[in-house]
Amino acid sequence: MDRREFIKKLGLGSAAVGTAAVVGCKGGSQEEVGHSLQDVPKGQMTLRENHNSGDKVSILGYGCMRWPTKKGKDGNEEMDQEQINRLIDTALEYGVNYFDTSPVYCQGQSERATGIALSRHPRESYYIATKMSNFSPDTQSKEASIAMYKNSLKELQTDYLDYMLLHSVGGSMEDYQQRFVDNGILDYLMEERKAGRIRNLGFSFHGQQSVFDAMMELHDTVHWDFVQIQMNYLDWFHANEMNSFNVDASYLYDELTKRDIPVVIMEPLLGGRLSKVNGSVLRMLKAKEPDRTAASWAFRYCGSYPNVLTALSGMTYMEHLVDNLHSFCPLKPLTDEERSYLEDDVANEILKYPTIPCTACQYCMPCPYGLDIPGIFAHYNKCINEGLMPSSTQDPDYQKLRKAFLVGYDRSVPKLRQANHCIECCRCLEHCPQKIEIPNEMHKIDEYVEKLKQGLEL
Amino acid sequence: MKKVRIILATVFLIGITWLFLDFTGTAHTWLGWMAKLQFLPAVLALNVGVIIGLVTITLVLGRLYCSVICPLGILQDVFAWFGKKAKKNRYTYSKAKNWLRYGMLALFVALMVLGLAGVATLIAPYSAFGRIAESLLQPLWMWGNNVLAMLAERADSYAFYSVDVWMKSLPVLVIAVVTVVVLFVLAWRGGRTYCNTICPVGTVLGFVSRFSLLKIRVDEQKCIKCGLCTKNCKASCIDYKNMKVDYSRCVDCFDCIGKCKKGALSYGVNSVNRATKPNDANGVDESRRELLTTTAVALGAVALEAQAKKVDGGLAVIEDKQVPKRGTKVVPPGALSIKNLEDHCTGCQLCVSKCPNDVLRPSTDLMHLMQPEMSFERGYCRPECTACGDVCPTGAIRPISKEEKTAIKIGHAVLVRKNCVAVTTDDGCGLCATKCPAGAIMMTTVEYEGKSVYAPVVDEEKCIGCGTCEHLCPARPFAAIYVEGHEVHGEV
Repeated sequence: MDRREFIKKLGLGSAAVGTAAVVGCKGGSQEEVGHSLQDVPKGQMTLRENHNSGDKVSILGYGCMRWPTKKGKDGNEEMDQEQINRLIDTALEYGVNYFDTSPVYCQGQSERATGIALSRHPRESYYIATKMSNFSPDTQSKEASIAMYKNSLKELQTDYLDYMLLHSVGGSMEDYQQRFVDNGILDYLMEERKAGRIRNLGFSFHGQQSVFDAMMELHDTVHWDFVQIQMNYLDWFHANEMNSFNVDASYLYDELTKRDIPVVIMEPLLGGRLSKVNGSVLRMLKAKEPDRTAASWAFRYCGSYPNVLTALSGMTYMEHLVDNLHSFCPLKPLTDEERSYLEDDVANEILKYPTIPCTACQYCMPCPYGLDIPGIFAHYNKCINEGLMPSSTQDPDYQKLRKAFLVGYDRSVPKLRQANHCIECCRCLEHCPQKIEIPNEMHKIDEYVEKLKQGLEL
Repeated sequence: MKKVRIILATVFLIGITWLFLDFTGTAHTWLGWMAKLQFLPAVLALNVGVIIGLVTITLVLGRLYCSVICPLGILQDVFAWFGKKAKKNRYTYSKAKNWLRYGMLALFVALMVLGLAGVATLIAPYSAFGRIAESLLQPLWMWGNNVLAMLAERADSYAFYSVDVWMKSLPVLVIAVVTVVVLFVLAWRGGRTYCNTICPVGTVLGFVSRFSLLKIRVDEQKCIKCGLCTKNCKASCIDYKNMKVDYSRCVDCFDCIGKCKKGALSYGVNSVNRATKPNDANGVDESRRELLTTTAVALGAVALEAQAKKVDGGLAVIEDKQVPKRGTKVVPPGALSIKNLEDHCTGCQLCVSKCPNDVLRPSTDLMHLMQPEMSFERGYCRPECTACGDVCPTGAIRPISKEEKTAIKIGHAVLVRKNCVAVTTDDGCGLCATKCPAGAIMMTTVEYEGKSVYAPVVDEEKCIGCGTCEHLCPARPFAAIYVEGHEVHGEV
């Protein structure tokens, strides 16, 4: 879609929202909604039972891949342990009891930081989930993979794991075979499950339907205790439409439910794309619940599906945690009408904005050529969502928008880490769970930047 | 009259300083003429109109130029003003050191003719001021701006944006510091010592101003030889005992007129008698301090990992690029040729301070010290920019249009295949070929050390030497493709 077309659609979009808002008014909730932690009732967290182990898991799970960092003494970023402790203490206090981490999160620092904070509480008061993240060929031998597993136990300061996942299955069955079957690590983990050191064994999934179907066929032999999928109201019907490599969440959820496998949800917010929404989308949501955040809709959406064990949220700051606690203490499930409003009306409005579906998961990083890939996408998406993309040099606001885009670009991404330095080595491609064609997008963004810089027609 | 002088001088000093400090490119539109009015740049640019104008002004009014237009002269007045605060009636009359003045002028002209402009401009007033403003004031200005930008960022405003502050050349910084210190000492102690003994422009204008129509006149009948005028003459040019003024050194500051309690001094056409006196005042600017700075680029480093696992997140460390050795230096489009640049450039640093892409920096080559040259570690000569030619007051870099620029060959790209990422890795790099704005680089299969490699080759005919490839090349610390300059700039 070119810019002109995009702007036209934007115009139509706003008109559509106008109507929706008027119609939506009558459904507006009148109840007072609290915004601070003190307003959250304790002991009200909605719990879901895992029929495999009997665990009573909080519907809100803590995703430990976006922990806060701070500048260390040597000038480098390091984990902000003090804040992490505070977040985990608060989460436990209000009933969050599921913590999901991985050996590779936060540049490999997440397990340790999470372990330090959790070990200050009784072990039976929380569930730990971590993963077999043997992506690098160097870690794919049986010994290296077992070492990774043992190291997870050590870092998390525990002698058993509640939930263990084969990390990111879905690229191809060959990849699965190589990482988990040929080296015997799956057999090993199943033995560990038998021995009680792994209480639930499952996998996380990003990718193609054929792989998912094959994994489901393995259920009879392996018995997956749970499966983690990407699910939210945009991916429910549109994942495949946004990228043909991906499967609609509705399909994944239904297949799992059919087999009675509990579902853990990741990316309920699509890395913030469902919380930082465009104004017209926000208007649609606020028309229904003027005092609740856009994010709260996405979380309640996930919680409204009964087979969902927990929805993970990477809450970096206390306000994220507080907002989510409001959504889940207790959960007020969406009505069917509200659910379809999100799946259809709101999702379609979001799709009008040609943002790049980056969730800032950082799997592509570090780029060997120094680019800040998620940073570049974040700036680009922000400008699209806020309508800050000049569509033509004739645009009356062209000069203003041009400056805002370019200055903002330099501000959010250092010059040597910008899109024009992408050499298209394509090493990032295999890491991206969203299957974004990163080099291609970098090229397009740089072309747009060049046109702005040179004042050429867009 | 003194007030008028101070107001005009203030306007000029602020204007020219602003011209050097501004990095947004807006100042030049409004203030560019102030640089073009400078004497030496006008001579080098053969700007006949300005030269005739300045000489005429001097013939009519005397060396007003030195008090009102020359930024270095005004800067010295500022220094001297502080000196005067410390001690009043501080100056004495001294004889003109003509041998030194004319000797310096002769040396200056000889150096210019011999093509050693870099050395000659060490003593040229406008260039000296430029160096001070560019290497000492601009960093302060930019840091101040960056603080504002930081605040603006918090408020999500785009009114200010952050800029890189980096030391473009250590020698120039040292020279600027030395110049400031020397001038400060001279001005503090002796007022306009530099202007009347060293400055070649001062000497030339001094020669002219002997014959000026309007002069400081001494009414011998009113004069009581109190010597107050002499004690306040920053040019040390009033001989009160003989009631004479050395008009070649008087810079028309008019301080003496106000100082004389008997009203014996006036500025006019007719000879009343003679004598003049000094003192100065000025109301601008801040004092300077030395500052040595290197831009330390803080880069987030990746945490060390015991296991060889691939972890998520973090930024790769980017090694700084180093300046490659070039057989021939690269000078900006508009310079016409290296010779033209060297002949006309006074090393004032205006272009260096204006280059928005951090390409221009002063040469450290002794023969051409402080004249601009190009390198591409921090950016490249972008197609939409013609800033250096627009601001140059001497004609060393001529103004060109964006369209003309695309056809001017300032150099051509040369490959260092052993560093090339397309050769040394399997990453399939072809960035230089993709980004070349002239379409002068293509990827093809070539033999290299007995192997067939798919690597870039340069079409030297199409290449204009803009440095895009050198800047973007991922090979570090030395780019695998760099620009060799051309002595004479041709056309594509």
